[in-house]
Amino acid sequence: MSESEIIKPSKVDPKFRYEVAKMPGGEKLLQCFQCGTCTSDCPIARFNDKYRPRSIIHMAQIGLKDRILDSEFLWLCASCFTCTDRCPQGVEVASVIRVLKNMAAEEGHIPQVFKDLLANLIRTGYVYEIPESRIRRREALGLPPLPKGNSESILKTIQDLKIVKIISK
Amino acid sequence: MGEAGKYILFLGCTIPYRVSSYEISARKVLQKLSVELVEMPEFNCCGLPLEPLSHELTLTLSARNLAIAEREGLNILTLCPGCAGMLKKTSKTLREDKSLREDVNKRLRESGLEFKGSVSVKHISQLLVEDVGLDRLKKSIIKPLRGLRVAEHSGCHISRPKKYLEFDDPENPRVLKMLIEATGAKCVDYMDETECCGATVAGIDDKISLSLVREKLSHVKSANAVALITMCPSCHLMYDANQIRVERMFKETYNIPVLHYTQLLGLAMGIPPEELGFDDLRVNPSRIVKYAMEIKARV
Repeated sequence: MSESEIIKPSKVDPKFRYEVAKMPGGEKLLQCFQCGTCTSDCPIARFNDKYRPRSIIHMAQIGLKDRILDSEFLWLCASCFTCTDRCPQGVEVASVIRVLKNMAAEEGHIPQVFKDLLANLIRTGYVYEIPESRIRRREALGLPPLPKGNSESILKTIQDLKIVKIISK
Repeated sequence: MGEAGKYILFLGCTIPYRVSSYEISARKVLQKLSVELVEMPEFNCCGLPLEPLSHELTLTLSARNLAIAEREGLNILTLCPGCAGMLKKTSKTLREDKSLREDVNKRLRESGLEFKGSVSVKHISQLLVEDVGLDRLKKSIIKPLRGLRVAEHSGCHISRPKKYLEFDDPENPRVLKMLIEATGAKCVDYMDETECCGATVAGIDDKISLSLVREKLSHVKSANAVALITMCPSCHLMYDANQIRVERMFKETYNIPVLHYTQLLGLAMGIPPEELGFDDLRVNPSRIVKYAMEIKARV
């Protein structure tokens, strides 16, 4: 969002910030006074000019819902929590961004990698597909057998969650 | 809850997927220190990698593991700081928020489980400083690695977010440094020690994550450290397995061996290097291993 851009009122959802602030981790959104500590200390922002945590927070405060939820930049947060730990206002910046990602996901904006992780989890308990050869090699390495996931029980536990229904559809 | 010195080991996903060397060396040193490990009877991911999708999903997956440990009557030990952090955060969140706890428990009951909040979770570094203690750790060292200059990378998730984890100081981490110095090695300071490894954006944007790795390696090199020491499987993957990709992408040479702390400790304890998973490292660690082998064991 450039400094001089004029935002049309029709693009603004004035209730959006309250929706975000209602979610665990989003509570302090309105406390942000745009000092920019988050962006200046963000490891990702140093190597990418599209990812700016301060701007994301600002957009959420204004209510630019669609622009945030449709974006690709949202998914670049490394979840290092440096911003959260350093925010002078106690805003859990990384958690606000996680709330926004969760909202984007519920609207169906989900990078493929996360769909794969969830599919593996449901099938095996592990988010990565661990090759059979690696599982067999454990014995030769002197390691005990790898604990197994209980696929049926995992699915039973999480199947009612909205996100699981969206992805499994 | 649980016996002191006996833990249920929560391996996580990354270690069995790609970082066996960490598991091999950790089991060896814990055995030497008489820490008894029990395997998880069944496993699911701690939920951290899925947090971008849904906080509820993550809490549920995490709580499921906490409930399994609770059923077994044992506290949890992890090798991965990400798992430790996620399990700790979930435990704190659910203990404090009754309605969230009820929601999660409703789902857990589907498979006969319940989260009550009685188990504690520790990362191996926390076990080493709190349960074993630096004094006992130092007594287990028979080959002090004097003269070996190494750098540490503690990683973000061992101590951030501070509010939930209350372990070490994320702005000036001390724990891994103390653990390294207990082996007799010198832990050198370098620029931007607390910088993130970028693992969580690998797969979303490799250019960013490899740029972060490059920066770390160049700072470590400037400090004349001969190796980088980690205690997180994801950070280790970034610096070890991806080092060659960084060298190719930026046409630079680093050749900095990246050791799990448990491998460094194992060498100092006099455990034979072939039992510490060195074969699995991508950047050749032989000069560090050789250095340790030439040290005379004290009796």
